[in-house]
Parts: sequence; C-alpha cells; structure tokens
Amino acid sequence: MTIALPSAPQRAPRRQIMVATALVSGAGFVLITGMLSMWFKFRAAAPTRESSDGLKIIKDWLPKDIAIPEVITNTMMITFVVMAVMVQWAVYSAKRRDSQHRSAALAIVAVIAVALINAQLAVYSQMDIGITDGPYQSMFYAVTGTVLLFIIAGLAFTLVALFRSLGGRDDDQQVISAHALYWYFLMAAFTALWFVVYVQK
Amino acid sequence: MTTIDTHVGASTQDSLSSFVVATGHWVTSSDHKKIGRLFIGWSLLTAIATTVLGALISLERMSPKGADIVNADALLQILSLYKFDLVLGVLAPLFVGIAMAVVPMQVGSRAISLPRLAQASFWTWFFGTLMVLIAIIGNGGPGGGTTDLVDLYLLGVAVTAAGILAASLCVATTVLTSRAPGMTLDLVPAFSWAALVGSVATLLSLPVAIGTIAYLYIDHTYGKLAFGGNKNIDTWLNYSFSAPQTFVFIVMALGVLAELAPITARVRQPLRPVVLAGIAIITTAVLGTVTQSTHTLSTNGSASDVVKSAIPFLIFNGLPLLGVFVTIAVSMLAFKEGKPKVSASFAFALLGSLMILVGAAGNFVAHIESAALVNTSFGEGVTLYFVYGGIVVALGALTHWAPKLWGRVLDDKKLLPLAGLGLLGTIAASFPLFIAGFADQPANVAGGFDYDGPIALWNVASAAGHALILLTVLAFVGLLAATVRSGAQASDDPFDAHTLEWAIPSPAPVDNFASLATVGSSEPLLDVKPAQEVSA
Repeated sequence: MTIALPSAPQRAPRRQIMVATALVSGAGFVLITGMLSMWFKFRAAAPTRESSDGLKIIKDWLPKDIAIPEVITNTMMITFVVMAVMVQWAVYSAKRRDSQHRSAALAIVAVIAVALINAQLAVYSQMDIGITDGPYQSMFYAVTGTVLLFIIAGLAFTLVALFRSLGGRDDDQQVISAHALYWYFLMAAFTALWFVVYVQK
Repeated sequence: MTTIDTHVGASTQDSLSSFVVATGHWVTSSDHKKIGRLFIGWSLLTAIATTVLGALISLERMSPKGADIVNADALLQILSLYKFDLVLGVLAPLFVGIAMAVVPMQVGSRAISLPRLAQASFWTWFFGTLMVLIAIIGNGGPGGGTTDLVDLYLLGVAVTAAGILAASLCVATTVLTSRAPGMTLDLVPAFSWAALVGSVATLLSLPVAIGTIAYLYIDHTYGKLAFGGNKNIDTWLNYSFSAPQTFVFIVMALGVLAELAPITARVRQPLRPVVLAGIAIITTAVLGTVTQSTHTLSTNGSASDVVKSAIPFLIFNGLPLLGVFVTIAVSMLAFKEGKPKVSASFAFALLGSLMILVGAAGNFVAHIESAALVNTSFGEGVTLYFVYGGIVVALGALTHWAPKLWGRVLDDKKLLPLAGLGLLGTIAASFPLFIAGFADQPANVAGGFDYDGPIALWNVASAAGHALILLTVLAFVGLLAATVRSGAQASDDPFDAHTLEWAIPSPAPVDNFASLATVGSSEPLLDVKPAQEVSA
C-alpha cells in the first residue's frame, strides 16, 4: 500500500552551496580559534623574568632573536580588507548578470589570494626560524600554516568560480555569494590570527 | 504521491563479473542509503572488534599488577586504540550513517545534499580508521616506539575526524536546504531534528580536536618540544574521546527514541516542541568541547565560592543531563494517551536511552569535587554507558528502518531478548567501573594499581559486559543477514508510521520520491491515512 500525499508545486531554488559554505566557515572558525586558544594557553604558561632594570616582568614566550616582519603582516591584513571589497564586487556584478565585471572581480580576487600566499611565505623567509627550534616556532608554523591552507583552499574556490564565470554561467549567483562568504570567514580568521600572533605576539 | 520503482530483476551475468560490478557500485555510489549502510556496516564491525579489546583490557585489570594478557609495552597503545574506536570508530559513524541513510527520506528529499562529498566522507573515515589501526599494529600511536607510525596515528585520527565532519556537513545541509514543501524546521521529524542539531554540534566541536592534532603532529614530527612527545598524545586527545564530546554524538540516539515513542504509542507526540528543545539542550555540551574545559562543583569555601563554582558546573554538566532527561521523559508522555504495542525497535531505543541517561547522570556526579572521581575509572564507565547505550539505540533504529534500507521486516520476537541482552551488557560493562572509580581505580591504565576491594570482581564483570555487547551485536548482524537473504518482502508502511519515508516503497528506490509532497504537519502520513489509503 502506498500513501498518497498531495503533490507540491515547483520547489523554490535551494541554497545548498551557500548553507554548506556557512557551515564549513563556522567549523573553520572554531578550528582557528581553538588553535589560538591553545596558543594563549602556552603563552600564559611561559616562564617570566624581570627586565634588566627591574621595572618590568618579561614573559619568555617569543624568543629574543625573533623579529616579526610587521610591515608584511599588516599589509596582509589590509589586503584582506581589499579582498572583501573585491568579493563583494563579484557578488554585485553576479546579481546584475554583468559577466565582464564579475570575471574581472574574481580574477583580481585570485591575484590577491596569490599575493597573500606569497606574503605568508615572505613572513617565513624573513623570520628565518626553524620548525624544530622550540615550542614557539613549532606552534607558529602550525597555526599560520593552517590559515595558509585555508587561503590555498580559497584560491581554489576562486579559480572554480572564475572558470565558471568565464564559461558563461550567468546564473551562478549562489556560488559567487558562497565564495564571498568563505573569504569573509577567512578575513575574520586572519584578523584573529593577526591580532594574537603578530600584534600581541 | 507517485514513486519510482527501481527494483532490478535477476542478473544474467556470471558471478565474478556481477561481484565486480556490485563492488564498483558500492565503491562509487552516491546513493545516500548505500553510503549510510557502508557507515553502519563498518562501524558495527568496528564495534565487534572494540568489544573484544574492551574485554581484554578489563581482564588485564583483574590483577593489580596486570594479568599479563596484553603485552605491557603495548598497553598505552591498546588503550588509545580502544578509546578512539569507541567514539570515532563506533559511536559517531554509526549514528552519522543512520542519519545519512534515513534523513533525506524523512525530510522528503530525493537525495542527500552534496552527494559526492557524502561518498568521500565514508572513504575518508574508513581510511582514517585504517591508518590508526596500521599505526597501532606497527608500534605507533601514543607511547609507540616507531616515530613515523606515531605520526601516522595522529594523521589517521585527523582524517577520521575529517570524514565524520564531512558526513555531518552533508546531513545538516540536507535538513536545512532539502525539506519537502511546507516542512518548516519545527515540522521536521524528531530524528531529523536530532540529526541536524547533532551534526551542527559536531561541526562546531570536532575542529577543535583537529586543531590540537595539527599542533601535536608538527610538534611530534619536528621537535617534541611543547606537547611532551608521544607519551602525552593520549592526554591531549582525551577530550575528543570522552564526555563532553560524547554528548554531541549521542544526540541522534535520543532522536531515535523521540521518533519511535509516538509511533509505538500510535498517537501524535504531545508537547513535541519540548522534545525538540530537550534534544537541542543536549548540544550545550559543545561549550565544554570547544573550550576544552571542565568545571567541577566545589563545596569547600564560602557560600559565594560554592555558587561561583556551581553556575559553570550546572551549565557545562547539568544542561546536557537536563536535555537527555527532558527528551526521554516528554517522549514517554505519548504512552499516556496512546495504545502502545511495544516493538523490539522501541525496546532497544528506550533501554539504550535510559543507559545514556545513567551515563549523563554519571558525568554530572563525576564533576562534583568531593566525590573525588577525577582520573578514576568512573569516567570510562560514563563513556561506556554512552557508547554501548548508543549501540543499543542504533540497533533499534536499524530494526525500525530495516524495511526502507533492506526491504525486510526483522522478527520482533527474536529481537526483544537481544534488547534485554544489550541492556545487561551495557550495565555489566559500565557499572562496575563506576564502583571501581569510587574505590579509586585509576583511569587510562591497565595495571600497576591497588585499592581495597574486589578488584577482580569489578573488572571481570566489566569484561563479561563487553562480551554480552559483542554477543548482542553479532546476533543482531546474523539475524539481519538471514532476514535480508531469505525474509519476506516488507510492505511500504509495516509499522503504521507517521513520516514521509513510509510513503515510498520498501526498500526505498534510488531517488526516493518521484514527485514532491506537500507537508502540513510533523506527522504528514497521519494527516492523510484516515481519509485516503491507496493500494499499491
């Protein structure tokens, strides 16, 4: 026996990619904040000593011979802001079905993503620290490396969206919006990383 | 509602080529029911292996110095494998598999969302568990002597967790985006609701474990400087294999009870929103998993000190317990109004859920400072109540949805004793560890301890419990296999159920629904049954 329910009208458009990206972004944000919490835990547990003039208590977390290239890290932070504008331009163009501007915006996002990867590699190069040198160094590579992997995944997402756009998919609004959401998540994650690891150290 | 009949006729191919073709279909299929059954099958197989491990470890604890059943050098590795298997090898994949198989049908979807990711999630989980097993066999894992295989263990745990995360993503996305027209979130079936909140809670909690593993992996591979080397891996990962993380994975088990109670009582669920709220409250355990912190109730100090410790204690440990209690209690209100005909599936679900409630209460007690239960075997008892209670509930879920997954109805008379056996096994495996915990039997060791009391009795009883669970699972799998092979074809709605999956043929066709139905309540079939029953 089969139960017959009244049949439904045409289903409204789904937003699977958007919802899935939101869930992935939530999970990714928990991952990064979890790693930063661990960073806090180790930094708080680092030994302390008095400064030579006896006026300050110094926490021996960041080794003395390590200098963080703040120009590059601050530039990365600003670049993420520019990235946010570009991904929103892509969304705006997609809504207007303006394929030229949409593709141009996505191409710029791809270039910026490559620039971010390059900047992170430049940070590693300028800091010139070994992953085996100490607890700070290994944790530094772990947390920044994880964010770098997310940026590489973002570049892949951008390239997929770009090729779909170049292929003439004018009804790709959802993918472009999901792509923007992913980069917003990455901006939030990098902002947290930038403040904890590069500013507060 | 029209449906698609995709039952295939007898194959004319020879047995070898049909085996190859069938294997190919299973390996590459993006049919959510097949992927769900793969998860269910392999996690039940892992459950069988894990009960054997549990029994061996319990027997090893018979003597304070260790009974020399297990190689002393490998004890830490075997304990780690045991804990990993219980939670990420059995509990999580078993329920995520059931959800993957059932939820799309329940919400009126033709497929699971992101089907290729769903397929990849199984293989990711599968190869992750395989990596962990290979690492432990090759002297890797926590405390292992082979550095590369210790790294492989860490990688394996991360890959396994990634598989569970991907599967949870597919389940949550399905409920959020693929519901039948008219099915608002408050109208989704109780099990699908539990699958949604459980999956989202998993997505918000397991990444913390992956982050910890990323640190551990780099630390262990490159310097062993910050995290204490391979001996401490188990300590760092313990959060992922015990409460509160286990609370996140048992949410779906409570959803099974909430689903089956009104069907068994043959009524609409009274106070249904309260049941859904109870299920959601359990996921407040995420607070503990995300912050990786435990909050104990201290009764020492001034009244304000007690209140200060009581508030976080109640939020972190009391709310999940409250959620479990509310879900069970309010679900049972269905029996006050209905005319119940108790089935094996409901017996499994109720008994397993009660065991989970005992585990949740145990977790509450374990965090009372004056009980002095931290780092005792009491915590392992809590985990076993959750996992074995969860297995018992899962067997009930498989019994209930067997017509849709295999096209057969399992024999209630043969299954009812198994529900009792599962209950006995869970109590025997877990409760002695509660008592031993009060007697100060330490956690995470299998020898080298002593305390006043019958050490052998508690641990042999626990070993017997593991054996009973093994027997329950084996008997269930045997009965299922025999029924699938030679049982009679199930009708479309053999249990007079309420939700959309019972409006399609048994077994469910590949695409579930040929056309979409309009849903107007949380029990759409009850809305039409009295007025309209169409013969197939």
